[in-house]
Amino acid sequence: MASVLDPRLHTDTEVASQWRLMWWSFRRHTLAMVGLVIVLLLYLIGFFAEFVAPFDPQSASAKHVYHPPQMIHFIDSTEEGWRIKPWVQAYTFERDKFTLQTTFKPDEGKRVYLSFLGKGTPYELLGLFPAERRLLVPDEPNERFFLFGADRLGRDMLSRTVFGTRVSMSIGLVGVTLSLLLGVLLGGISGYYGGAVDMVIQRVVEFVLSLPTIPIWLALTASLPATWPPLTRYFAITLILSLVGWTELARVVRGRFLALRSEDFVVAARLDGCSEKRVIFRHMLPSLMSHVIASVTLAIPVMILAETSLSFLGLGLLPPTISWGVLLKEAQNIRSIAQAPWLFVPGAFVLVAVLALNFLGDGLRDAADPYAQERG
Amino acid sequence: MEPVAAAEPGPAVLEVKGLVTEFPTRHGPFRAVDDVSFELRAGQTLCVVGESGSGKSVTARSILQIVDTPGRITAGEVLLHRHRTSRGSGEEETIDLARLEPRGQAIRAIRGRDIAMIFQEPMSSLSPVHTIGNQIGEVIRLHESVSKKEARARSIELLRQVEIPTPESAVDRYTFEFSGGMRQRAMIAMSLACNPSVLIADEPTTALDVTTQAEILDLIKRLQVDHGMAVMLITHDMGVVAETADSIVVMRHGKLVERGSVEAIFYAPQHDYTKMLLQAVLDLDRPSERRLARRTVQPIGGPVVEIKGLVKEFDLRHGFMRRKGHILKALDDIDLTLNEGENLGVVGESGSGKTTLGRCLLRVHDPSRGEMLYRAVGGGVADVATASGNGLERIRRDIRMIFQDPFASLNPRMNVAQIIGEPLLVNGVAKGAALRARVAELLDVVGLPASAMERYPHAFSGGQRQRIGIARAIALEPRVIVADEATSALDVSLRTQVLDLLLELQERLGLSFIFISHDISVIRYFCDRVAVMYRGKVVEVGETEEVCTNPQHGYTKALLSAVPHPDPRHRGMLGRHRYEAGR
Amino acid sequence: MLLTYIIKRILWTIPFLFAVSIVAFALIQAPPGDYLTTFAATLAQSGDMVDQERLEALRTRYGLDQPFIVQYWKWISGVLVGDFGISFEWQQPVSNLIWERMALSLCLAVSTLLFTWAVAFPIGIYSAVRKYSIGDYVVTTIGFLGLAMPNFLLALVLMYIGVVYFGADVGGLFSPEYQTAPWSWAKVVDLGKHIWIPVVILGTSSSAALIRIMRANLLDELNKPYVTTARAKGLSEFRLLLKYPVRLALNPFVSTIGWAFPQLISGAVITAFVLSLPTAGPLLLQALLAQDMYLAGAFILLLCTLTVVGMLVSDILLALLDPRIRYR
Repeated sequence: MASVLDPRLHTDTEVASQWRLMWWSFRRHTLAMVGLVIVLLLYLIGFFAEFVAPFDPQSASAKHVYHPPQMIHFIDSTEEGWRIKPWVQAYTFERDKFTLQTTFKPDEGKRVYLSFLGKGTPYELLGLFPAERRLLVPDEPNERFFLFGADRLGRDMLSRTVFGTRVSMSIGLVGVTLSLLLGVLLGGISGYYGGAVDMVIQRVVEFVLSLPTIPIWLALTASLPATWPPLTRYFAITLILSLVGWTELARVVRGRFLALRSEDFVVAARLDGCSEKRVIFRHMLPSLMSHVIASVTLAIPVMILAETSLSFLGLGLLPPTISWGVLLKEAQNIRSIAQAPWLFVPGAFVLVAVLALNFLGDGLRDAADPYAQERG
Repeated sequence: MEPVAAAEPGPAVLEVKGLVTEFPTRHGPFRAVDDVSFELRAGQTLCVVGESGSGKSVTARSILQIVDTPGRITAGEVLLHRHRTSRGSGEEETIDLARLEPRGQAIRAIRGRDIAMIFQEPMSSLSPVHTIGNQIGEVIRLHESVSKKEARARSIELLRQVEIPTPESAVDRYTFEFSGGMRQRAMIAMSLACNPSVLIADEPTTALDVTTQAEILDLIKRLQVDHGMAVMLITHDMGVVAETADSIVVMRHGKLVERGSVEAIFYAPQHDYTKMLLQAVLDLDRPSERRLARRTVQPIGGPVVEIKGLVKEFDLRHGFMRRKGHILKALDDIDLTLNEGENLGVVGESGSGKTTLGRCLLRVHDPSRGEMLYRAVGGGVADVATASGNGLERIRRDIRMIFQDPFASLNPRMNVAQIIGEPLLVNGVAKGAALRARVAELLDVVGLPASAMERYPHAFSGGQRQRIGIARAIALEPRVIVADEATSALDVSLRTQVLDLLLELQERLGLSFIFISHDISVIRYFCDRVAVMYRGKVVEVGETEEVCTNPQHGYTKALLSAVPHPDPRHRGMLGRHRYEAGR
Repeated sequence: MLLTYIIKRILWTIPFLFAVSIVAFALIQAPPGDYLTTFAATLAQSGDMVDQERLEALRTRYGLDQPFIVQYWKWISGVLVGDFGISFEWQQPVSNLIWERMALSLCLAVSTLLFTWAVAFPIGIYSAVRKYSIGDYVVTTIGFLGLAMPNFLLALVLMYIGVVYFGADVGGLFSPEYQTAPWSWAKVVDLGKHIWIPVVILGTSSSAALIRIMRANLLDELNKPYVTTARAKGLSEFRLLLKYPVRLALNPFVSTIGWAFPQLISGAVITAFVLSLPTAGPLLLQALLAQDMYLAGAFILLLCTLTVVGMLVSDILLALLDPRIRYR
């Protein structure tokens, strides 16, 4: 009787549902919390890309080819005193008359002043709502600034990376959703019916897992007509990625399903008179959900890496679509990165996103079964 | 009263004095063993007894300094008097094991040579990827300089000593090719490899069936006599204690509660906890008075369930064209009747088919042949074996089940109100406020406060969870309850409580029970009649007392004689009946 | 017992290989238009005479006007005797182009696998045994980075460092003087001098993954009762560790051949492209971009075959290592 009547014990753990318990155990995982914050931030950036990006990612400028990154300063101190005002050092542009090589030199006297939430070039948020406020814009509408530098056409790398975030992060999400549908469907069928169906699906999973993914992906994307519009291609690529990605999820779902099916509490539910549907949705699914969510989180970075790799090879997304992989294709040439190492910036984003998602997924996986320890 | 025949007390070979073992936790050190002292004498058996979590296992491990990290000994002495053992050189030689470096050469030379240990789970305690011979030979070669060939010969000899058939080929086998009892024998052979003077056995028979348990205890006893070892036997079973102990240490919450000779502890216990432990066991060793009294008021009625010629086969064939494996006959032509208001016990060892029988009756498994006739209140008879759809649903409302594992049988993701309310809800009995009122009522019936409703199963102890499971079972006001090992996951002191609750419910609700258990004492307490199952067959059915006192079938005799009696004056070891039919 | 298992396992790969060939052929067929229209277009582009008779011969040879099954049959019966069709881009039989590159690919994959093992084995054990030590944290951090870093990015960064700080090109598998030279001992030595860069690049992520697996498994095994048993026998911690938990933690380690091999082959395609290695990857990419499908198909078939065989080897090794598997 001790634990029910014992006032010393916290009663909130006793009445906590599985999601509350998961959250509590997840919260203790510092790295996972960091991962969660970063992932949320990246999705916010992607969602509000037009607002976050200072400029149109496609607008080229011959004057700013390979413009180096500028450091942002927040305190503007002049002879008159100082004030809080963001600014960057302006650069002047020189072209050697003989070699035609361009060089940028800091222009000591000149500062480009910036303001938060100012009016910039008009845009349509998500292509729907017209707006002109942007997160950070130059005070003078004609000025440009390059926090991440510029590419070979003088386009702002910051704006491009921000738009790349939208495509790359969303392709992970969309791809995983597709994989999940396939995985849950086939894994569920396999685990539920068992027998010959299970046998066939398991062999297919084993087969797909034994294939080297990238050559297969390459061959599939190579057969996509190059004339397709960007959006169609985007969905075709996610579909191709999830054709391979579903196997892992199917395995998780099937394994859990099989383990759950023989659990006493599921037998008890059946004996209580629950219909098959109720047994699955009311009694089994809640136990599956947390594990599936964790696996899904761990599958997103795989998708992101795959998309990046394919686009990098020129067989995934194609310009004018911007993704991290498309941006990194610019860094393929050793001469261009030697000249403009800031072309690696999207690579850093890939790294951070994949790490954050992995931390998050690990944390979720550890928290997925808050009942595991006490049973031990 | 004749005195217990005890061996002549030999010299103390191992003395434990004021042992303290602590595990650092976030809330400060946790004392798993708290100031424990005792001594082991050559040729004698010391039983350390206690319920789960009493620190008895950690005590044993502390002696050899193999406590799981981060636990460590923080005070006390563990003195090995080597000069008093066969290994001694004659000169005074006392080693304090607690002082030795846990990873050092000195203690390693003692482990497995002077002091050997065997563990509870013989499957996981032996490496699955090394042969038995490899694992035994390793100890020999570790402590003595012998050749591989010689070590192998000695391993075979050891296997022969522990009565493993065909030791010459067994030596090259892997553990998973053996049965549980054989694995434990191999484990014992391994511990004997270097002729230790002290043998520590940590719940060596808990994972085994009763008949196997008796054989293993026999073996340990015989080897103890042959080798003159001091044995420290850790167990939670007072019956095993009574059968084997010369002296006893009772532990609770890491502390030593009481120690003394078998006689002193069993016949003149001082401490309340010891008395409680003994009482719990003694209570179970006879029929429940409450039940007997009730039967005079309300005699047992006519048949409710009649099982006729029930057969259940599991198809274990697999591989190409299903040429491998075989068809397992889990139930082989079972005839059994359950009468109204009766408690029918089904007893048998693991693999005897008793659980399958219970599950067939609820159609968790579909039987292969035979019929199970259920007589409803109105007098209508339905065959459970062929029922389907609504018919089956109706039967499942009348026949309910209580599961063995109170942890696995409650969905951890649903709160108590949802768990108990589920059968009421899906059968359309009650919903909304009426449902909550009914759940509160049910909780009250099983002795839990209504405030338990909002809580999740993880907030409850094993005994409480079993009560929740019982509340769920009686929610639909059934007539028959199949209780599958409903008390075996509980500590002894809780078993009688749960059994009494079931008897109370029987009076209130007019229930009939099919009570499945491997534990004869529980059956004796609770059941009016008992069916003994062996290899899928019912070998004997009869009144419980009749079967227990005058068994007819050879297997029943073997089973009963293997059950350890919690009375040291009636040790049944030597007069045991062995049943080897069809092995 | 073991032999029957191995034979059965080998027989099992046959349907897999069959499925692989179907997939490879389906990929050949995937692009719009058949092989000959592309072939004719290429010929026309380069200004060559389109020889109708030759086209007709090819059409019958590959059964291009016949249903998929027949075409597949004609293709696979050729493949079985070593005829993979013709590369129209290179104007020569595919079999002339692939073998040396496949051999180098295999060599790269195997070296990477060995490298992965050599790195992951000791580090994984160290990390598990000294759990939560500084070394463990360092290893875990590096492991995470290795996991998150795409191979090609690592290759690019290394190339950048090579060019900017050392002024050396780290690409390629051979020094210029050996690139077209016939095979000789000196060329093998030269290969050894160059191969370590792609090996390290490719091996980083799989090593990182393997360290994590090894660590997790070993941590699991370290708490098993049989370890306590072994300790109670008086074994020293080191011998005990190597004989029991490490031995059991080896199972998933060996099974890495099964999953890491496809990944290595996969990753090698991109890395090889970045580092311009003379392996299968870059040529496959080129073939795909040019829709030179018989060449691409041959590579895909062979790469997939390689991974299926890798699975086979891994399963057989597992059975050798773990008696429980071969008795199942």
